[in-house]
Order: sequence, then C-alpha cells, then structure tokens
Amino acid sequence: MPHMVLLLIPFGAPFVAALMAIFLPSRARNAAAGLAWSASLAGVICLIALFPAVAGGEPVRWSVPWLPTLGVNFTLRLDGLAWLFAFMVQGIGALVVLYARYYMSADDPVPRFFAFLLAFMGAMTGMVMAGDLIQLAAFWELTSLFSFLLIGYWHHSAAARDGARMALTVTAAGGLCLLAGVVVLGRIVGSFDLDVVLASGDVIKNSPWYLTALILILAGALTKSAQFPFHFWLPRAMAAPTPVSAYLHSATMVKAGVFLLIRLWPVLAGTDAWYVIVSTAGMATLLFGAWSAVFQNDLKGLLAYSTISHLGLITLLLGLGSPLAAVAAIFHTVNHATFKASLFMAAGVIDHETGTRDMRKLSGLRQAMPVTAALAIVAAAAMAGVPLLNGFLSKEMFLAEAIAHTGGRHLNLALPVLATVASLLSVLYSVRFIHQTFFGPPPVDLPKEPHEPPRWMRFPIEVLVGLCILVGVLPAITIGPVLAVAVRSVLGEDVPYYSLALWHGFNLPLLMSAIALIGGVAAYKLLGPRINRSHRPWLVGRFNGARAYDRVMRAFKGGAEWIVRRLGASRQQARLRAVILTCMLAAVLASGLAGLGFSEVGMTIQRPGLGFTLLWIIGASCALGAAWQAKYHRLAAVVLVGGAGLVSCLTFVWFSAPDLATTQMLVEIVTTVLLLLGLRWLPKRLPDLASPQQEAKARRRRLADMAIAVAAGAGVALIAFAVMTRPADSPLARYFLDHAYSEGGGRNVVNVLLVDFRAFDTLGEITVLGIVGLTIWALLRRFRPAADSLGDTVQKQDQDDSDDRHKDRSVGDTLPETMLIPRVVMRWLFPFIVLLAVHLFLRGHDLPGGGFAAGVTLSIAFILQYMASGARWVEERLEIRPLVWIGGGLLIAALSGVASWLFGYPLLTSWFRYVDLPLIGKTPLASAVVFDAGVALLVVGATVLMLVAIAHQSLRKSRPVAPIAAKVAAKEETF
Amino acid sequence: MELVLALGIGVLTAAGVWLLLRPRTFQVIIGLSLLGYAVNLFIFAMGRLRSGSPPVLRGEGHVDPAAYADPVPQALVLTAIVISFALTALFLVVLLTSRGITGSDHIDGREPGE
Repeated sequence: MPHMVLLLIPFGAPFVAALMAIFLPSRARNAAAGLAWSASLAGVICLIALFPAVAGGEPVRWSVPWLPTLGVNFTLRLDGLAWLFAFMVQGIGALVVLYARYYMSADDPVPRFFAFLLAFMGAMTGMVMAGDLIQLAAFWELTSLFSFLLIGYWHHSAAARDGARMALTVTAAGGLCLLAGVVVLGRIVGSFDLDVVLASGDVIKNSPWYLTALILILAGALTKSAQFPFHFWLPRAMAAPTPVSAYLHSATMVKAGVFLLIRLWPVLAGTDAWYVIVSTAGMATLLFGAWSAVFQNDLKGLLAYSTISHLGLITLLLGLGSPLAAVAAIFHTVNHATFKASLFMAAGVIDHETGTRDMRKLSGLRQAMPVTAALAIVAAAAMAGVPLLNGFLSKEMFLAEAIAHTGGRHLNLALPVLATVASLLSVLYSVRFIHQTFFGPPPVDLPKEPHEPPRWMRFPIEVLVGLCILVGVLPAITIGPVLAVAVRSVLGEDVPYYSLALWHGFNLPLLMSAIALIGGVAAYKLLGPRINRSHRPWLVGRFNGARAYDRVMRAFKGGAEWIVRRLGASRQQARLRAVILTCMLAAVLASGLAGLGFSEVGMTIQRPGLGFTLLWIIGASCALGAAWQAKYHRLAAVVLVGGAGLVSCLTFVWFSAPDLATTQMLVEIVTTVLLLLGLRWLPKRLPDLASPQQEAKARRRRLADMAIAVAAGAGVALIAFAVMTRPADSPLARYFLDHAYSEGGGRNVVNVLLVDFRAFDTLGEITVLGIVGLTIWALLRRFRPAADSLGDTVQKQDQDDSDDRHKDRSVGDTLPETMLIPRVVMRWLFPFIVLLAVHLFLRGHDLPGGGFAAGVTLSIAFILQYMASGARWVEERLEIRPLVWIGGGLLIAALSGVASWLFGYPLLTSWFRYVDLPLIGKTPLASAVVFDAGVALLVVGATVLMLVAIAHQSLRKSRPVAPIAAKVAAKEETF
Repeated sequence: MELVLALGIGVLTAAGVWLLLRPRTFQVIIGLSLLGYAVNLFIFAMGRLRSGSPPVLRGEGHVDPAAYADPVPQALVLTAIVISFALTALFLVVLLTSRGITGSDHIDGREPGE
C-alpha cells in the first residue's frame, strides 16, 4: 500500500468510526465497541507497516494545502517520535476500548462514549502526526474539547460537569497561548512547516522574540501536562469514566504537553530561560505531586497525583537540556504510559467489582481477586521503580542525569537529593496503594461482594503488565529499536551513547534507588496509619489550586455582574435610550475627529425640483403622522408607514435605481399585509387614564425623547448632505461597471453584483432570511394569544349580529359574501402575478428584476389567494410547502456555487455564454441563473412561511371574552 | 435635490428614533420600519444622486462608467430591503408571542407601575 493510505488510516479511521458510532442506537454497546476496536486495530497495523519506512530516518510525509494564502498546509508527518506516540495512542486505545466495553454499563448511552473516545483518538493522532504548527495547535485544542466531553460524559453528576469545565478552561486557555506561541515561532522562522522550523534552531534562539514564543508555548505545554501550578484540573478530571482516566489522563492526552516539549526540544531547549522555567516547573511538580499522592484516599486520586508527579519528572528531564536526559524523558514517557494505564484499569476493576475506590474501606482483596492483585502489584512495583521492571530502567536514567547535572549550574547539589526524595515518595505511595487495597484482613461492609472481573476486562491489564515485565527484563530487544528511532528523530546526529542494559554495576544511581526503596517501605511502616487518618496532605494541604481557580472564576462572574448592575437599566426604554445616545456620541466623536467630510473642492448641488420637494413633503408628513398615530391608531400608522415607503420607492425611481424601486414596492406590499395580520392580535388601546403626577412625568420623558429624536434626525441629515454633495468617484463602481458584462455576462450590474461578484454575501443573506422564516414558524407553532384577543373581532360580531337579525339568514352567511367581486378578481390575478414573477426573474440578469423581486412577487400571488379565499380554500387547491421551498432554495443556491469546484474554480464562480437557440435567437446562458433561482425559491418560501404562519392564527377557535367597555370602566374606578 | 433628500432622511430618522423610545411594542416596530427606510436611503445616497442613468448597460463593447449610477450601494440596499422585511416580521411575531405570554404589549412585558 502506498504510504499516503497508511498515513491516512490511523488519522482518519477514528474520525470516520466516530461519525458512524453517533448513528448507532444508544443500546448498541457491542457494535460501538467493535467499531472502535476495528478502527484502532487498523491504525496499529498501518503504523507497524510504516515502521520500516520511518526507521529509515526520513519522515514519511503527506501534504495538501489548507490555508495556502497564509502558508499553512495540512501535513501528516511521521517520524520516529511521532510514530512512538501514535503507536501508544492507537495501541493503548485498542486496549482501552476492549476494557471500556466491559466497564461501561449497558444503561449508559455507550455509542456516544465510543464516538467521543474515537474522535479523541483521531485528534490525538492528528496532533502527534502534525507536520505543520498551526495544524498541531488546532488538533491540540480538539483533544481538549473531546477530553471535556469525555470527562462530562456522566453529565448528570455535578462533579463531572465541574471537572469537565475546569479541564477545558485550563487546557483550552493553554491551547490558545500555544496557538499564539506557534504563530510567533512561525513568524521568526518564516514558515509553519515543522521540518523548516526544526532546521532553524539557531535563528529561533537568537531571535528577540524567542522568550515570547517560549513562554507562550510553555503555557500550552505545562497546562496540558498538568504541571505545577496548573496541575489542579487533573484530579478533578477523575470524575470521568475510568477508561477515560486510563487513556486520556494518564497515557495520552496529558502526554501531549510532554510531546510538544520533546518535539520542539531541538529548537527551544538549551537556553537559560528554558532551563529555569522548565526544570523548576518539573521539579516542583515532581515533588508536589508525589507528596500529595501519598495522602490520597481515593484510588484514582492517588493515581492522578502520581501521574502529575511522573509528568513532572519527565518535564524536569527535558528541562535539564542534555541529550541524555531527553532520551530518558522519551523512555520514561513510554514506561509511564504502560504501568499507569494498567494501574488505572486495575483501579477501575476494583471500583467496578467492589463498588468503592476508598482505600480506607478496601482491604485484603488479594483473596477475592488474586489475579488482579498480582497484576496491580507488578504495575505498582514498576511505578515504584523495582528492578526487572520497566520503571526501574528509566528511573535509573533519571537518577544518573540528576547526578550528572550537579556541576556548573544552580539547583545543583539539591538535584540528586530531591530526586531521591521524590523516588522515595513514589515508593511510599505505591506501597500504600498495594498494601491498603490487597493486604490486611478481608474487607467488611463493601457495597458489592468482590470477585474477579470478566476475562476480557482483565486482558488489557495483562497485556500492559506483560509489557512492563518484558521491557524490564529484555529492554534492548523490545523497546530498544523503537526508542532508537524516536531518539534519532529528535536529536538527529547528536544521539549520545546510552545503554539499556539491566545491570550497570554498583554505582551511585543504584545506591539512590536502594535508599528510595528501603526508605519508602520503612516510611510506610512508620507513618502508614497516621497517613490514613489525615484528611489532607501535610504541609501543602492548605495550597489548593482548584480553590484559587474557583476564586478567579467567581471574580470574573462578580465583575460581569457588577458591570451589568452599573451600566444596565431595569427598563427597556432606558436601555434603548442609552444605546441611541451612545451611537450618537460615537457619531459626534467620529465627525469631530475627522470632520464632517464636506467637500473642499466645491460642492455639487442639484437644484431641487418642485415635484421632488412635494414628494418629500408628503413623505415627511407620512413619517411624522405614523409617529403620531402609532399608539392609538395602529391601522392609520400602518397606512402612513406604507406612504413613507412609497415615497422612498419613488425616490429610488427618481435617482436611477429601478431594481431597488421594484423590490421596495413589492416588499411594501408584503410588509403591509404582515402588519395588518398582526393587528388582529393586539389589544384595543384607549387613552390612558393617568394621575397628574404620572402625566407630568410622561410629558417630561416625551420632551427628552423628542430632543433626542430631533438631534438624531438633524445629525443624520447633516451627514447625508455632506456626503451627497461631494464629487463622486468610486473605483469600486468603475470596476463593477467595467467587468459586469465581460466577466458576469449580464447587463443589469446590480443583479450581476448580487448573483456573481458578491454571490457569497447573497448566500449568507438568504440563509439569514431562511433562518428568520423558520424562527417565526417555530415561535408561532406554540403561539398563545393574550386572553383578551381570543374573542371574535368586532367586524365578525357585526356580521353575525346582522345574520341573526334577518330571518332568512343563518349565522356565518355574510362572511362568504363579503368582497365577492374583489375575490373573483384576486383569484383570476393569480396566473398573471405568477407570470410577472417569471418575467421579473428571467429578465433579471440584463434588465431590472431578479431573484429577490421574483420571489417576493410570487409570494404576493400566494398571499393574495389566502386573503381572497381563506387558508383552507387555498390549501385544498395549492401545494403550499414553504419549508421545502426554503430548504430547496438554499440547497440549489449552495450547490450551484459548489458546482464551480468541479471545474476547478473557486466557490460560486459563474459561467456564461451566448447560445444560438432556434426560433428564439441569441440567448445568454449564465450559471448564475441557477443561483438566482435558488434565491427566488428561498425568498418565496421564507415570505410565504412568515405570512401564512401568522395568517393561520385566524383559524383558531374564538372564545367569548369580556367586552372592552367593562374593562375600561373597571380601570376608571381605580382612580 | 440633495438638500430635500437629506431633510427627508432626517425626518424619517427622527420619527423612527422617537418611536424606538416609546413604551409600546407596536410603536417600536413602526419606528424600526421608518428607521429602516432612512438607513436604506442613506446608504443609497452614498452613491450620489443621478437621474436617468440606471446601472443597466446599454450598447456593445466599451463601457463608460461615467454614464451610469453607482451600482454598489444599490446592491447593498437591495438585500437590506428584504432583510428589513424579515426583521419586521420577526419583531412582530416576537411582539405577539410576548404579549401572549405576559398579557401586556409594553416593551418591558409588564404594565408600568405593576
């Protein structure tokens, strides 16, 4: 198989499987597990097949442009280090999937769990295989996101939700720093490509921006790898299901930070800043984590703090900056993943089979679950660094490095001492873990009767523990080759001599190991019972990162609330007034700074004609009248607004905008219909009867509002006048006029702009229109009118009363007879309006018209039928499917844009040609017509949906309500 | 011409702003409509006022940009007209729904003094 496929499978298969898992029924535990298992197994096989190529020394690469204008590519790049991490991700992933199949309860929505887990696996693989820094940062954030979803998987538990939120806040904030850091790094180097960056170590270290990049990148790495003082999120993340803890929070995701440090080690390490920050953080974390782990009573809590401590150890090694320390760091990363994942799984088994993880309750489980006990003891021994196990080897390397760094630098003499202390603590908590859980008297009062787990639930632990022993006994032939390739990919030609032999003779590291082992056991003998009784770690118990985090979050919330209290108002009117005044202030400031923009080279003013002046006298009167009447005479206000709309429509005609005039005219019609439909549901308003004090207050407010309104109007008029009188010269206008015909194939430049040059914009706008239509539809589906609007309208009551009075008529006879002649006319108008719509649509590209106008026209044709004959009559005869029209229109518009990709052009490029058709003659054909058809269809759908949704409300049954006069009388009595 | 239109836009704006500050939801809707006209005309006017030269190309071959009105503000306003209709419809429905829920057509959802 070509390398490209082999590279794509480990990265892509988890994502594909995750998508598939989403669609499984929520009880399909086996199917989901099988899917996840196959995806990870396929990844493992592909990675094994790729190993010979990677071992050759050159990274295997596959690349496609992603954001070419920014120089960002999507690159899968597999070198030794990436291979090692990808293999851990996929291999341990496969084991965790098997384990999770038995761990997860059948009552949980397990496919969702596996979908998240798989997506995480894909994101993590994408991160370690990233050949581009931006891509790396993107997948880095994805791992944080899926970690959030997995921690919060049991979202009914508050601890899970809080833990998830905290983990996301800390790691995603770190991820944003990382993104900023790699952008700086990319700027220093001039490329985001990893190979280029790795070859530019000297440029980076000598750059004045080095420290900025370093601190930002370290902020990402240290938060992700839970380094002090950002460690606190990891123990809280233990609210996740145990397979997640084993996989994300010990073996893989928390190693992402370490991975990044190793990845960029060749170009960032070796400076004083690196040494001080990284090794200090590592040392602090190593000691703090180990010390805190000793005092945990929850199995998973102990393992979490132990993970923090081991991550600190790896960070410390990387901080030392010597090649040999880097080798030890890589080696320990692998070892820690194997023994810690198996320990988490063992803790999960204990929790699963006994119902508790509290070490004070557990005891003597050796009898009930001997195999699990044996496995856990071996894994814990590896964690403690007992010889013949893998943990011993890397710890020896660590101790040797600690001794090697005593000369020359500060921290120095303390280094071997502190390393020994940390190892001693590690032995202490490992012994405590094992002794409390498996030894001692048989347990009493457990929630469940303990017994061995199912065969295949234990299998992953057996594999991992087997690996611990295998690597521990035969390091050179098991881990040796893989480690060599990984180390070479990081250190290049500078690979130091290192030996994976088990026996290095009697030397200082061995002595330190012995002190740690004996001291740890002795300390447990001496202090064990007292540790069990303590509620929090001695000395450092008061320091609590989580509490500090909570305090910061509370401060944020409090600050936001303070701002709302200070700047907010409880009344909408006051708020709107503040908004309008702010806008006006901004406009005044802007024009004060830049001047109003009155032309310096001489204004061009056209003398106002009498007709136009009269027109605007009418327009202004309509606007003022609408403002006057909107409270008590809504119908008059609607009519007057329509008048103002017509005046603005005529203004468009006057000044060479036929398209706008057409559209405005048509929209005016539907807006009026809409407002008229709404009037029916509004309360009848009679002049308020207010006390004199209230009246005076209201008058003061009106006066103030009047002043604001006049100032706003005057300001806008002034600005409009200033701009209009400047000489016109717009390069944009020239460009579009020049190119509309030659490139867009249309003579109506406005339409060509909409469907061709700015088609993407139009696509966005019709999407908004569709969303608004759907929102209205959704709001009205559960519409409950106000109680006093439920009754019949006055008109209907009059009709019914009249029917009642006449002997030869029965109630409801008048309704079908009203508007008889207009109704016939309106029915007959239907085909002609449809024809007009088609006409407007077809001529749109060359003459005024187009999709918007056609769509609105067509919707008028429909709504006219509703008005003439009622909703039932229309819907019996016409297929009114606005939802389908909206969806179809959007789909057509989008597909017509996507189609240009097939021909290798950017989205929404239009194609046109003149074709000689028989009989019709030379006809322009432009692919933009298809787009315009989509626009028209969507506009019809949205407009009809809005109007019909409101119109349908009149079909509801009316209920008798108290006459309005009685209410007014009741109101009068109160004063 | 410019003066008349500028004054017209000013009156529309003033009426719109006045209505925006009123307490009843229907007044606010009418105000938004009027303000919408004002804004559309304002944007349109940014292309300057020219009579008798719509941006619809005539004749073959070379195009003289000086002979046509500016098409860019027109294209901007065209979609804005349709969107402002959608906005009016949405506000109307929100108004009706809020009145259905609260029983009041005051913009605060409760009568003053309650």
